[in-house]
Amino acid sequence: MIEALGFEFFRNALIAGLLASIACGVIGSFVVVKRMASLAGGISHAAFGGIGLGYFLGIDPLAGAAVVALGTSAGTAWIRMKAHQHLDTLVGAVWATGMAAGILFIYITPGFAPDLFSYLFGNILIVPRETLLMMAVLTAGICGIVAILYPRLVAVTFDEEYASVMDLHPDRIMVILLLLTGLTVVMLIQIVGIILVIALLTLPAATARLFSHSMKRMIVSASLLGIIFTTTGIWLSYAFDIPSGATIVIVSACVYFGALPLQRRIQGHRGSV
Amino acid sequence: MGSVSTKTPVIEVDHVYLGQNGHYVLEDICLTINEHEFHAIIGPNGGGKTTLLKVILGLIRPDSGTVRVMGGTPHEMRAHLGYVPQFRTFDFQFPISVQDMVKSGRLGHLTSPFGRLSPEDTEAAEEAMETMQITHLKNRPIHDISGGERQRAIIARALAGKPSVLLLDEPTVYVDSPTAVRFYDILSRLRETMTIVLVTHDISALSPDVTHISCVNGRLFTHHDNQITDDMITGAYPCPVDIIAHGIPHRVIPDHDNRVFGGRK
Repeated sequence: MIEALGFEFFRNALIAGLLASIACGVIGSFVVVKRMASLAGGISHAAFGGIGLGYFLGIDPLAGAAVVALGTSAGTAWIRMKAHQHLDTLVGAVWATGMAAGILFIYITPGFAPDLFSYLFGNILIVPRETLLMMAVLTAGICGIVAILYPRLVAVTFDEEYASVMDLHPDRIMVILLLLTGLTVVMLIQIVGIILVIALLTLPAATARLFSHSMKRMIVSASLLGIIFTTTGIWLSYAFDIPSGATIVIVSACVYFGALPLQRRIQGHRGSV
Repeated sequence: MGSVSTKTPVIEVDHVYLGQNGHYVLEDICLTINEHEFHAIIGPNGGGKTTLLKVILGLIRPDSGTVRVMGGTPHEMRAHLGYVPQFRTFDFQFPISVQDMVKSGRLGHLTSPFGRLSPEDTEAAEEAMETMQITHLKNRPIHDISGGERQRAIIARALAGKPSVLLLDEPTVYVDSPTAVRFYDILSRLRETMTIVLVTHDISALSPDVTHISCVNGRLFTHHDNQITDDMITGAYPCPVDIIAHGIPHRVIPDHDNRVFGGRK
């Protein structure tokens, strides 16, 4: 198994997994505590429309995905500001519309879409070197912005109304958080694919939450767990010649569901109210 | 109104109207709260008490009428307001320690959007935890403390901002009676340094230290003192018989005795 490290594609895969795990640990923690998992799912599926658009226009499908994901994030933030209660239905509508638009664009584009399957399900074993560099820049950017805004991000995700009373402009903070979520989603599309993005964004963070008493610890634990999940997934995928994205998700899910009963034992006897 | 004109008003609500879904939630509300008053706003559930509090905080803009806080708009004066939201609006599973939650109450005092909390902020948070007697819990996560302790942590967060006015929304709903009594002891100490506005539907749980009472059910009824009279009750509650049936002791319905609220000993 160790001989696999001799291959550049394998080393690249491990590095890509590491970078994605850090971004997921940071953004995923906020997504989980703010209960935005379905929102992140909506953004990633809307991005499929962008991939179709990319094929149709003859540009890099990932660039199309980035534009649509960020546009959807900004749009969602705006709608969220205007009408809180309808968000759930809207997420469903955006989710379905994105997928439908993607399929139509690909259908009307002459020829066939060569990497379509890898955008849907991801393939971490074919991440080229230039993409790694871009991922490194994105991850550093995401970590930097979160570090600068950290106290405000925590205050807004914990209690948005009180953040308003303290004049922290929670609407602006939420726009930034949603844009960062959009960026992370685009980055993840290459690793696990659109369909499995929510898993990598939420499972490490949700597992970390079970035993974390502060956001800082949750973020660090979620990143470390993500690194363990992706690395294990990549090895298994290589060893058994099975799809990498799905393997990573199954590994993450096994640990999460395995940890759930443990948490109940830790918190079960504590006073709830 | 003549007797209160010599005092300094901290909150002035003037002819405020607010409509939602085609009817008025707040109708022609006029309310003046002066410095160092302990003002209780009572009324039935859904009567607009919380909405009125949010209008005072500047979280909801009224359709017409004005709100002044210490002479300015609520928005300008927010740093002087401490807010204790309803208990049920909190996600107590959030991974945050008591200390960090209380410290977050200082963020409103940062001048730059990228600013960090200073030792001075930590000190204010320590002081607030001391006042609320939760210093020994400071490193505990908020999911790991009792309901009464959580309530005190929420108030400590508001106190950390060193407010001039403390606005509390239904602060005793989730605490048992002994905790509520201790809670009112703390409030009467706080009264020495700040104005307190308390919203509650539970008349039987009112503190004897309350100096002024208003009754809100769409409209506001008050006598600018600490008494509840028949006209306030019949004005604010649609059916007085119903209220008595729901556990308000008869002695609360006033006989124009000064201490109508001696009920809770």
